[in-house]
Amino acid sequence: MSATADHPRPVPRAEAAAPVDGRLMLSLPTIHCAGCISRVERALEGAPGVNSARVNLTLKRAAIEADADVTAEDLVSVLAGAGYEAHELDPGVLAATDADPGARDLLMRLAVAGFAMMNVMLLSVAVWSGAEGTTRDMMHWISAAIVLPAIVFTGKPFYVNAWGALRAGHLNMDVPISLAILLAVGTSLYETMLSGEYAYFDAAISLTFFLLAGRYLDYRTRASARSAAQELAALEVPRAVRLRDGVEETVGVADLIPGDVVLVRPGGRIPVDGLVAEGNSEIDRALMTGESLPAFAGPGHAVSAGEVNLTGPLQVNVTAAGKDTSLHRIADLVAIAESGRSRYTSLADQAAKLYAPGVHILAAVAAVGWYLYTWDLRIALNIAAAVLIITCPCALGLAVPAVTTAASGRLFRKGMLIKDGTAMERLAEVDTVVFDKTGTLTLGAPQPVGLEHFSETEAKVALGLAQGSSHPLAQALVTGLSGPASPLSNLREVPGFGVEAIWKDTPVRLGVEGKLNGKVVRLGRAAWVGAEAPDVTATFLQIGDGAPVALTFTDSLRPGAVEALRGLKANGLRVLLISGDTGGAVRRFADEIGIDEVMAEALPADKAARIAALSDAGAKVLMVGDGLNDTAALAAAHVSISPASALDAARVASDMVLLGQDLAPIAEAFDVAVKARARIRENFTIATVYNVVAVPIAIAGFATPLAAALAMSASSITVSLNALRLK
Amino acid sequence: MNVLVILIPVSLFLGGLGLLAFFWMLRKGQFDDPDGDANRILRSDYDDKPKT
Repeated sequence: MSATADHPRPVPRAEAAAPVDGRLMLSLPTIHCAGCISRVERALEGAPGVNSARVNLTLKRAAIEADADVTAEDLVSVLAGAGYEAHELDPGVLAATDADPGARDLLMRLAVAGFAMMNVMLLSVAVWSGAEGTTRDMMHWISAAIVLPAIVFTGKPFYVNAWGALRAGHLNMDVPISLAILLAVGTSLYETMLSGEYAYFDAAISLTFFLLAGRYLDYRTRASARSAAQELAALEVPRAVRLRDGVEETVGVADLIPGDVVLVRPGGRIPVDGLVAEGNSEIDRALMTGESLPAFAGPGHAVSAGEVNLTGPLQVNVTAAGKDTSLHRIADLVAIAESGRSRYTSLADQAAKLYAPGVHILAAVAAVGWYLYTWDLRIALNIAAAVLIITCPCALGLAVPAVTTAASGRLFRKGMLIKDGTAMERLAEVDTVVFDKTGTLTLGAPQPVGLEHFSETEAKVALGLAQGSSHPLAQALVTGLSGPASPLSNLREVPGFGVEAIWKDTPVRLGVEGKLNGKVVRLGRAAWVGAEAPDVTATFLQIGDGAPVALTFTDSLRPGAVEALRGLKANGLRVLLISGDTGGAVRRFADEIGIDEVMAEALPADKAARIAALSDAGAKVLMVGDGLNDTAALAAAHVSISPASALDAARVASDMVLLGQDLAPIAEAFDVAVKARARIRENFTIATVYNVVAVPIAIAGFATPLAAALAMSASSITVSLNALRLK
Repeated sequence: MNVLVILIPVSLFLGGLGLLAFFWMLRKGQFDDPDGDANRILRSDYDDKPKT
């Protein structure tokens, strides 16, 4: 049971936050067999600069020792060549979730508790089967010798938490647990000294064992949670190139003031909000606004921090820097959304709130009652210990972690990582799903359409031109068009507009004159070639003075998107699409995929506001998004999911991460979450029924150590088996 | 019943050995990848000689 939820202690960041010896971590969502291990390891070890690679199939990831100059991108492409999808992981963050010291410590205590429990049970069998007199006393003394040191060591996590709660002046689950353990051991020791009949050493240690098992499972499911806002701020470029009297100097972004002029080179992220002073280029706003089409930026255009400059160098007049930039305002939005998110009380905590005071009152009433009845403190304390042990929260302690472990294991095999312990419970309550478009329902990579309608000449010229540019649309054309390219000369890229070149057709083809003929050919924006700008992603090809031909692009649908939508709708959920993209593109896409409710051209703040409005209207919202513009919405939603390809900041802000390309696990996750919640409730019912039967027996003074041991084991095992039905 | 004087310490000692072995395995990271270890035995990569 997550008693620690009362005192959320931050999971310590792993020491290995700084990469050691070029150690890289890759997530491999698609591996599943021995052949995969061999192929992945062979591919990685064959890559230049890699010293060793080791696949972990359980966690579906690979750890690679490589030279410092080997980057994760190199290895991802090596694995793509071998047929495996791979994503980079931050070793510092993810190392904290597996073989970390905390989990190992709990496992160690669990092993000691298990060892002590088995031995004491063995000795107890002799007592239960009727050992008398000195034999019974000897068994009790040996049990005490094993249990006393074991209980001091293994129960430490509970004592520490209970002490912390008591000092802060409130109760948590660990208080009755610690009290039960200590009181049971104390009275048993006293009984043993007086050669008494009943000693609860076995019950005390098995209680600790079952609770530690629950605590360990709980610990493993809780991954390190970091503040999304901090991560976002880290995305800002720390340095900028300032132009002063024509001289370039590199300065920290913090030192920039409005009025400065900064130079942003192609491929660089814009560090400030400002107006373009000189230069033409195109900027990629996808991360900030969700627009799928790169936008033109020329003198006088406003640009904002976080956008990426694509084609030409830009000089930007700073209007806002540092804390005043729009990027920083998004970080603020996230912080506000996170603080505004109503703190979810998990089912476990709800149960704990009822349980902890209830048990204390029961035990106290039993003790006082028996004392008044018999005027014998020894009997009264024994009864109180029996009540505490019998009402033992083993079943409660295992009820939630056993289910979440089984459920998250099942989802992990389907390709979904659960980052937050209560995410599953929250997902089960969801009635509204909001999707982002670009990069979430689509892959975020443009694909040319209708290429077969182009003549051979047009295709060849377009390919020749496209090869001369690194613009995303040009790159998409290069992949889409096959065959030879036309030979072009004087190829040049006009920043912000497109590519142009001189195309010399062969004399044979041009025919009559038989002399070389040159024509200017252009590939670029509508305005540049004199065409009407369409509302879809498009670029234009113009040959000589001919009419410009549109090459349109579509963003291909993410695999599993249709299945996910169908699955969610089949469950009666309301589905919405909110995108920062232009109205036409969003509406057409929504019609295609079958979503009725659409909100287009939404700014980051609009998205978060819409989620908040839905929540205020009583809806429990699941947000699925990937961009910087989605982070505030992700943090504001009841529960959130982002794909592995999403920005760090978005992944950090969300509760679950899809490991692969496929969206289909979302529908599955909802199913599993609903089933998991049902199992948790069943487990609580089992635990309650058991208490309703056992507590009166304990209060009446009929409980024996054998009965306590049997009841405790039976309830814990029933609860665990019930959880396993989820697998 | 006197045999218990020998048997109980023996059982504790053997159990303790198992506990120490478990600690050693835990520290060596033998439980870090159970699925992978189960599968690795099936491949024929290092059948001739161990990986260097």
